[in-house]
Amino acid sequence: MGLRAAFKLRMERRRFQLRAIRKRRELNSVVNRTRVVRPGAILAFSTIRNEKPRLRYFLKYYRELGVDHFFFVDNGSDDGGLEYLAAEPDVSLWSTSAGYRDSRFGADWTNWLKFRYAHGHWTLTLDPDEFLVYPFCDSRPLPALCHWLDQSAIRSFGTLLVDMYPRGPLSQLSYQEGQDPFELAPWFDPGNYFMTPNPKYGNLWIQGGPRARVYFEDEPEEAPSLNKIPLVKWDRKFTYVSSTHMLLPRGLNQVYDQWGGEKASGCLLHAKFLDSLIEKAAEEIERRQHFARGREYDAYHVKGQGQNGLWCDWSERLIGWRQLEVLGLMSKGNWA
Amino acid sequence: MSIGFVMMAHAALDRAGQVARHLADHGCPVVIHVDRRSPSAAFFDLVDQVRDLRNVHFARRVKCDWGTWSLVEASRSSAQTLLKIAPDVQHVYLVSGACLPIKPLDHLTSFLAEHPDTDFIESVTIREVPWTQDGLSEERFSFTFPFAWKRQKRLFDIWVEAQRQVNRKRGTPNDIAPHMGSQWWCLTRKTLQRILADPKRDQCDRYFRKVWIPDESYYATMVRRHARDIESRSLTLSKFDFQGKPHLFYDDHLALLRQSSAFFARKIWPGARKLYGAFLGPSSNAVATTGAPATEIDRIFAKSVERRTRGRSGLLMASRYPAKGFENSLTAAPYAVFHGFDDLFVGFSDWVSKSLGSRAHGHLFAPDSVEFIGNQSDYAGCLSSSPALRDHNPEGFLSNLIWNTRGEHQSFLFSARDAQDICGFLTRDPNAMVSAVSGAWALQLLHSGRPIAKIRTEAARLQRREAAFLSSLRERRTRARVRIWTLAEFLENPTEPLQVIIDDLSVPGAQTLAQPPELQPMTGLAAFLQKLRNTGMSPHTAGAFSERPAAQVSKSSSAGRGAQNLS
Repeated sequence: MGLRAAFKLRMERRRFQLRAIRKRRELNSVVNRTRVVRPGAILAFSTIRNEKPRLRYFLKYYRELGVDHFFFVDNGSDDGGLEYLAAEPDVSLWSTSAGYRDSRFGADWTNWLKFRYAHGHWTLTLDPDEFLVYPFCDSRPLPALCHWLDQSAIRSFGTLLVDMYPRGPLSQLSYQEGQDPFELAPWFDPGNYFMTPNPKYGNLWIQGGPRARVYFEDEPEEAPSLNKIPLVKWDRKFTYVSSTHMLLPRGLNQVYDQWGGEKASGCLLHAKFLDSLIEKAAEEIERRQHFARGREYDAYHVKGQGQNGLWCDWSERLIGWRQLEVLGLMSKGNWA
Repeated sequence: MSIGFVMMAHAALDRAGQVARHLADHGCPVVIHVDRRSPSAAFFDLVDQVRDLRNVHFARRVKCDWGTWSLVEASRSSAQTLLKIAPDVQHVYLVSGACLPIKPLDHLTSFLAEHPDTDFIESVTIREVPWTQDGLSEERFSFTFPFAWKRQKRLFDIWVEAQRQVNRKRGTPNDIAPHMGSQWWCLTRKTLQRILADPKRDQCDRYFRKVWIPDESYYATMVRRHARDIESRSLTLSKFDFQGKPHLFYDDHLALLRQSSAFFARKIWPGARKLYGAFLGPSSNAVATTGAPATEIDRIFAKSVERRTRGRSGLLMASRYPAKGFENSLTAAPYAVFHGFDDLFVGFSDWVSKSLGSRAHGHLFAPDSVEFIGNQSDYAGCLSSSPALRDHNPEGFLSNLIWNTRGEHQSFLFSARDAQDICGFLTRDPNAMVSAVSGAWALQLLHSGRPIAKIRTEAARLQRREAAFLSSLRERRTRARVRIWTLAEFLENPTEPLQVIIDDLSVPGAQTLAQPPELQPMTGLAAFLQKLRNTGMSPHTAGAFSERPAAQVSKSSSAGRGAQNLS
């Protein structure tokens, strides 16, 4: 990369940082418990809107994995999620009524909170429907992974976003608060992912999965990105560029090996396809606050789902991380 | 006869204290050295933690930088202290704060009692054995290293490179033969005393002060001067990854560690509660196993290095995307491509499935469809039959298909009518076996019955595409296995290519050519080609035709004749 390109990226990073700092004014602190955050704590950041039914399991899952403190930005929920979170002892909470799209889909808000609170911490940035799975996650909690990454001088951990779906239409499901969503939606595409390198930011652009297969079969270019880098040893200088797909400085996006080997990586299991999506899609089509003005939601809404929904004969049922590793959706790398 | 321990600790001091307590409880004196760079608060916590133990002592704290002499200084002075305060100790064992005893201590005691004069220390001569994992081997001894590797990485690298440029060779004192080995040793009192009282100690110190990672070479070299009976192995199990970093052990390694023949293991992740509980707990004596060879451990860690450095061939994923030329191979397994064969034979795919035992797809790259076997709308791994998705990333499509069907052999039909974007990939992939009959496109046009004037442009288009593909297949740098016949050659002896394919593929379950597939009707072919020629469009890829009516499927087949074997 030339000096000129490097300089441009630096300016871009600075711009995103300033933007995040400016957007702090949109955030109102509801509960701030950040004083209990100890050095070395693992932090999770998330933006939510009307996702109360999901929150209980989300907190349970990540607490068991070893997250020490949660940072939430509530973007105008009216379902009681705000009150629920405010009462949890390991949650700090901000609220805002500003536009989700104008904050680059929440990235500006969480970039600011990380700038302020996450310097020097291992940091997860997640949507409330994303569940991190990594090699040995059933026997080694997150602190073990972060400790190993530290020892190996690795600053960011890459994942593939794996869309999980039920067999049959979503309307048949009835998700209960606190339930493991993958009891209802245990299926996934085992080998339907396509990568293209992105020379500007140095990341891999991954598309595919059931959404590309069913909703975007005629416009593959538009299919959603599945490359995510949710776990980063945060530094004030870092910033997410677009959701958690890529970061600046671009060295953080080098989560893949180019010389034939495999780096350690994980999967983000995506519990998007539950009954709540039907309502959400209807609402988002009105609101137009999502990526590409919620085009994706148009596709979900318009496309009539057949008897099997997203499911097809070749779908696999989730067993555990070893299965994902053998399939090649994630890798142990040299973590043995 | 007893053992004393020197423990080097710098982080997770509570775990170090726990191990020290275990050792002391079994009657072994321990001298702990805590890095002076560790926070004092943690140090005093540790002191408190072991305050009640009379045979645990602390050595004077030295500031330690990884890879420097300070570590030797610390361990040597700690060993000296141990020898002084525990006069009955016959063996001194150097452990780190992240080590864990994985055998009952009385096993170690009785083992050492059987070898009262043996020094257990890995000691390998550097001239003959590539022991190190990083780039520096002999250079560790011939260069100087004034910069801290962890804190001044850039300066460190620049300085090493500069010394390489001038080919620096620092002199070695006469009677020193540099050896290397694991830092974690168990030496006899006598050997240790002789090393401490070495008449040339100052000279040796001066030399080793400037060596890189002297803790891996100082003792390994000095024992060669003083020991009577060296057993060159470490009693501590430690595994290193491809960059020379130690692997960590976790709770899920419990069964593996039990198999090991070593007495200690390092490093243990401080949060590994189950491991600490199992090996330091009261029941630890009950579960001792005899020293079975630890091949399983070696296998697992060797595999992990392989996974990190070579990866799984043919897999593209979020953490593996090889640059061009570093793929090992583009796909996961061999597969076959039949160019033009379905124009020549009726039901060719079925024949391939039946007689070659291969999953024979139709035209996977047809312009407006993806013809998976059995016309399925999805295939292995949930690949879609949408041509738009396939054309979005045809190379990813094919490598996914081959990856998703590991354990089966795949083959598919191809022709000049198909989307050609995959051609470059096919020629670069050593797993591709491409069998082509050039000019076979003419047969379909012959049967189309369209007027020759309309056919002419289509024929020109197909021939241009085919010629481009064939010439790339014939290039010297092509890595696919390629066989090409012209239509004319094929018609002289149609069974020959089939026999060659059967012999080449040798797919499990493949038969000899018992039942060849039925040929498409060929009547009027020569006249048709002549008509094309008359319109000015020369079908040169079809080859030189003789005027006699072609195509009698002859029974005699002589494999190899006429085929351009380019593989």
